[in-house]
Amino acid sequence: MSAWLTQHRAALAAAFRRLSSAPLSTLLSLLAIGIALTLPAAGYVLLDNLRELGNRASGVKQISVFMDIGASRKDSNDIENRLREINKLSGNLNWRFVPREEALQRLQKTEGMAEIVASLPRNPLPDAFIVEPQDSEPAALEALGQTLSAWPKVAHVQLDSAWAKRFSAFLRLGRLALTLLAGLFAAGLVAVTFNTIRLQVMAQAAEIEVARMIGATDAFIRRPFYYYGALQGALGGLLAAALVLGGLRLLAAPVSELATLYGAAFTLHAPLGQGIAALTLGGALLGWLGAQLSVSLSLRQVG
Amino acid sequence: MIVASNLTKRYPGGLEAVRDVSFTIKSGQMALISGHSGAGKTTLVKLMASIERPTSGSLVVNGQNLATLRTSALPYVRRHFGLIFQDQKLLFDRSALDNVLLPLNIAGLSRRDAIRRAQAALDKVGLLPREKANPIALSGGEQQRLAIARAVVNRPTVLLADEPTANLDAESASAILDLFIDFHRVGVTVVLATHDQSWIERCHPNVLRLDHGRLL
Repeated sequence: MSAWLTQHRAALAAAFRRLSSAPLSTLLSLLAIGIALTLPAAGYVLLDNLRELGNRASGVKQISVFMDIGASRKDSNDIENRLREINKLSGNLNWRFVPREEALQRLQKTEGMAEIVASLPRNPLPDAFIVEPQDSEPAALEALGQTLSAWPKVAHVQLDSAWAKRFSAFLRLGRLALTLLAGLFAAGLVAVTFNTIRLQVMAQAAEIEVARMIGATDAFIRRPFYYYGALQGALGGLLAAALVLGGLRLLAAPVSELATLYGAAFTLHAPLGQGIAALTLGGALLGWLGAQLSVSLSLRQVG
Repeated sequence: MIVASNLTKRYPGGLEAVRDVSFTIKSGQMALISGHSGAGKTTLVKLMASIERPTSGSLVVNGQNLATLRTSALPYVRRHFGLIFQDQKLLFDRSALDNVLLPLNIAGLSRRDAIRRAQAALDKVGLLPREKANPIALSGGEQQRLAIARAVVNRPTVLLADEPTANLDAESASAILDLFIDFHRVGVTVVLATHDQSWIERCHPNVLRLDHGRLL
């Protein structure tokens, strides 16, 4: 056990030495890996923020329930009780009752509508409910809309499911495109590590030959290269996380300003510990994979 | 103990470097493999060091038949040997001390113990004052002594050397042979492949004479 640990420590130290022995080449490799990981990572973060923004956007997951024009306040109370029951069961429903008087007042305040409203012999607007479920999936919204429209004294249920569907499809497409992009860049990272390690194996052919002759196992020979690949990938992942965080920091103020101009309060959220750890670990795994492929192939060539 | 029975090594292409060779080298013995260039000395040393696998026959070293041993077990067998090559196979990108440390790193010794043992080995061959020197800065005799230090640092039971003095002047060659005699005296089995007949008179070894791969 002690010998095993000693060898792993030595392999890790050797990997660090190799990284620091050629700083310029290491820096260039790290930049290539960092940028390769930055693009999909930044894409995921932006898509996540977009999803958040879409969910917050007015009307995206709202359902308007219009009562019959002749419905009484008792009928409205009945609808409110039913909504309360649904909320009790699922616990993810918000709603607001909009009396017909309030609706008329709002209409009156709309530019150019005051005179028209004043000329009306009576209030033509019905009582209404604005229902907002937590689940914004188009299918869930539609199912809830159907349930509401079947209730008594409900004249019309309006939901912008087409918009929600389009938005959801856009997010799905974005995710798929990013997954493809991530796969492509992951292959690039593996290729960068593969090439770096191959050059190292060739440069150390003499040492590998001697080590084999005097009793080095394959694992002993391979270990420093694996550590090197994983270390390079992990550092590239950290660099990518730093680039994403830096980019978000630069964008945060202008995005908030833009959101304020549109009357919304929105701030970009950055990946925290978990996201950074995922990038670092992902980079390390891909680096290890590149090293594994390269060492297997190169050692056969070295003999 | 090294016991070879009907040992044959045939290379791809049909060249038989060692043909139907049988011999026994007892533990602690000094043996000399002699013969002209191309007689099969190097191949026999490589077979004993398990660098080459026999085509047929058996080669039992310390109770293990190298002909039938799993490939994955070979590195552990090789650690029982101290190997010295004609061209030394030193690493010129590191110091003399680091060259001697390599077998100890492979064995998984702690850094402190490894340095202590490597320095002792360098001291034994008279190179401790030059531990920080790059092998390229050493003379031919010093390089061969460094190779011997690397071979003995892991306290091998068998020391195998292939033409260890081939490129050395007489004085350096004599000093190298003295080192082998010293190791033999402390109980190490020493097998030397050489064409230098003068060694036979100096150390009275068990002589294995090879000619075109056959034992005479």
